[in-house]
Amino acid sequence: MQNMLTIISNALCRITGRNVGAQTVSEGSRVVVSRSFADFTPQATFDIKKCDVHRLEEGPPVKATLTRDQGLQYYRIMQTVRRMELKADQLYKQKIIRGFCHLYDGQEACAAGIEAAINPSDHLITAYRAHGYTYTRGVAIKEILAELTGRKGGVAKGKGGSMHMYAPHFYGGNGIVGAQVPLGAGIALACQYQGNNQVCVTLYGDGAANQGQLFEAFNMAALWKLPCIFICENNKYGMGTSVERASASTDYYKRGDFIPGLRVDGMDVLCVREATQFAADHCRSGKGPIVMELQTYRYHGHSMSDPGVSYRTREEIQEVRSKSDPISLLKDRMLSNNMAAVEEFKEIDIAIRKEVEEAAQYATSDPEPPLEELCNHIFKNDPPLEVRGTHPWATLKSVS
Amino acid sequence: HFAFTSQCPTQKMNLFQSVTSALDNTLASDPTAVIFGEDVAFGGVFRCTVGLRDKYGKDRVFNTPLCEQGIVGFGIGVAVAGATAIAEIQFADYIYPAFDQIVNEAAKYRYRSGNLFDCGNLTIRAPWGCVGHGSLYHSQSPEAFFAHCPGIKVVIPRSPVQAKGLLLSCIADQNPCIFFEPKILYRAAVEQVPVEAYTVPLSQAEILQEGSDVTLVAWGTQIHVMREVANMAQEKLGVSCELIDLQTILPWDVETVCKSVVKTGRLLISHEAPVTGGFAAEISSTVQEECFLNLEAPISRVCGYDTPFPHIFEPFYIPDKWKCFDAIKRMINY
Repeated sequence: MQNMLTIISNALCRITGRNVGAQTVSEGSRVVVSRSFADFTPQATFDIKKCDVHRLEEGPPVKATLTRDQGLQYYRIMQTVRRMELKADQLYKQKIIRGFCHLYDGQEACAAGIEAAINPSDHLITAYRAHGYTYTRGVAIKEILAELTGRKGGVAKGKGGSMHMYAPHFYGGNGIVGAQVPLGAGIALACQYQGNNQVCVTLYGDGAANQGQLFEAFNMAALWKLPCIFICENNKYGMGTSVERASASTDYYKRGDFIPGLRVDGMDVLCVREATQFAADHCRSGKGPIVMELQTYRYHGHSMSDPGVSYRTREEIQEVRSKSDPISLLKDRMLSNNMAAVEEFKEIDIAIRKEVEEAAQYATSDPEPPLEELCNHIFKNDPPLEVRGTHPWATLKSVS
Repeated sequence: HFAFTSQCPTQKMNLFQSVTSALDNTLASDPTAVIFGEDVAFGGVFRCTVGLRDKYGKDRVFNTPLCEQGIVGFGIGVAVAGATAIAEIQFADYIYPAFDQIVNEAAKYRYRSGNLFDCGNLTIRAPWGCVGHGSLYHSQSPEAFFAHCPGIKVVIPRSPVQAKGLLLSCIADQNPCIFFEPKILYRAAVEQVPVEAYTVPLSQAEILQEGSDVTLVAWGTQIHVMREVANMAQEKLGVSCELIDLQTILPWDVETVCKSVVKTGRLLISHEAPVTGGFAAEISSTVQEECFLNLEAPISRVCGYDTPFPHIFEPFYIPDKWKCFDAIKRMINY
């Protein structure tokens, strides 16, 4: 039985490589049906890395329970983000996406883990490496890719681009480093004021951790006990500068000083989920803000203009890819505990590839926003506002 | 569009290389000079500081963490204590956290201390202007915000030869200076630049082309657009344009511009920044005060729209040569 499955899965691998499409999917499902779902472990408990704590009596649990469905869902989310980012890379190199593009591959466990621990009614704000969060917060892949290519079907109507994507309860997408952190504290204040038991997850990077406005936000959040989870995604490099060369203290989870902190393994989606759950409970119980440092890694350079190898070695990137890749970690865990079959993962991969391909098609063929959009949405105004153009006798209408 | 001079040993350089050359001259002649900013050590994201750390040491060319307010504040301190501070802000779009330090601390130091202290040794450099794909936060032209602040000087070069001379003038000048470098010209503009140090005077506008019918005023990248506009006007309308590069935005050369308008009677000012409150407004207002009776037509400003710098709409937003040409036509037929 095992041999037969291996032979069939090998055949599927070859066929997938040549991308035959619909035919492959039906063959795959034929194989899976022959092995009943009762064969799989429905749930398993895993040991996860203990989190370092700062000003806390105890940290998140060191064991995490994962059901089969959850596992497949996290896998799907992470693989979708991975494929979407790689597709964006491809489109950028074809010059279909232009401008600035900061890719998230390698850090998928952070976005997936955080989303798994919070509710859709909670709030999230991050910096410019935002495509992953845009997806986990509910925006369709085609709207993300169309925003990257600057088309009217994009989530911000093509007017924002890579760094400015938004969704309900997702406040972007912010280009200026560190500027989003006081905003996040403000959103948390609104949650507290409205008494809706929601939290705000405010993300920033290791480079932004040295911006003055962060410390202003920490002080206000702690003073007023705001339900704000400050999360530092430490991917070891602020653009091209390694953390040791930029920060006097690289213990980013302690930088909140009077705010309790957690250091979390950001490559393990379960670790991220448990820590975020812990942090959300802390905030919701009225204890005030908490700082989390997610230790993670990005495979691409800072942006598409950065090859990513002038300040770190290819060996380092390769090592992380082979030993700590978040998607592989989850997949290996599920396979070794008999929670899913190799073919299922293959099927998911194929379906995702197709979805991303279709989204890319849409993003490439959708028309650009009409010229009238240039001046819309500057102010909120009831009769349309007249906007001065490049010379005084040509004005444009601004509708909002 | 670019000059080729040959009075002294020169070398072919583009804009970022001419900046490196100016900084090299400074570090060599001034033992107190230090260069700092984000990523300047390896050469800078636009390669303006390549080779300087190896040549002059890591105590003179060093990286700062990511904190613009900190960088400028720190620079003011260095300057006040007597060292020549050359701070780099990675993009002019990121200069706003440092706005308070520049406007409230740097600009007013000499005035409020009754000349006991000053931070004249401070020069801030930042890449400026549209670049084709920069979108909202990599394309801004903030010179108008700083023009409103007495106590600092704001300078914008149009080419490598001017850039090196103006930057050396800014460094030598005993006032805090902001030097905006048009990023689209970093590689595109190439000239034969003198290898030794030289200065181009501040607060002196340069007349690039003499004419008799219309005065065109611009700075930075827009000068090159205006050169083409002047050619088009000559060919298609028989209109002779006088082209002036303002070079120093604050304090600006009122005399040269007004003398020119007295001669021609018509003025067109153009910049990428939004038209409302842009620097063209200041020039326009002053010129109509000084030259009211000489004007044949209202002063024309061809500038960016009053919107944030757009992502996909950039080609429609910028004041290109057609919009300027159109403005000239209307002025001539007024």
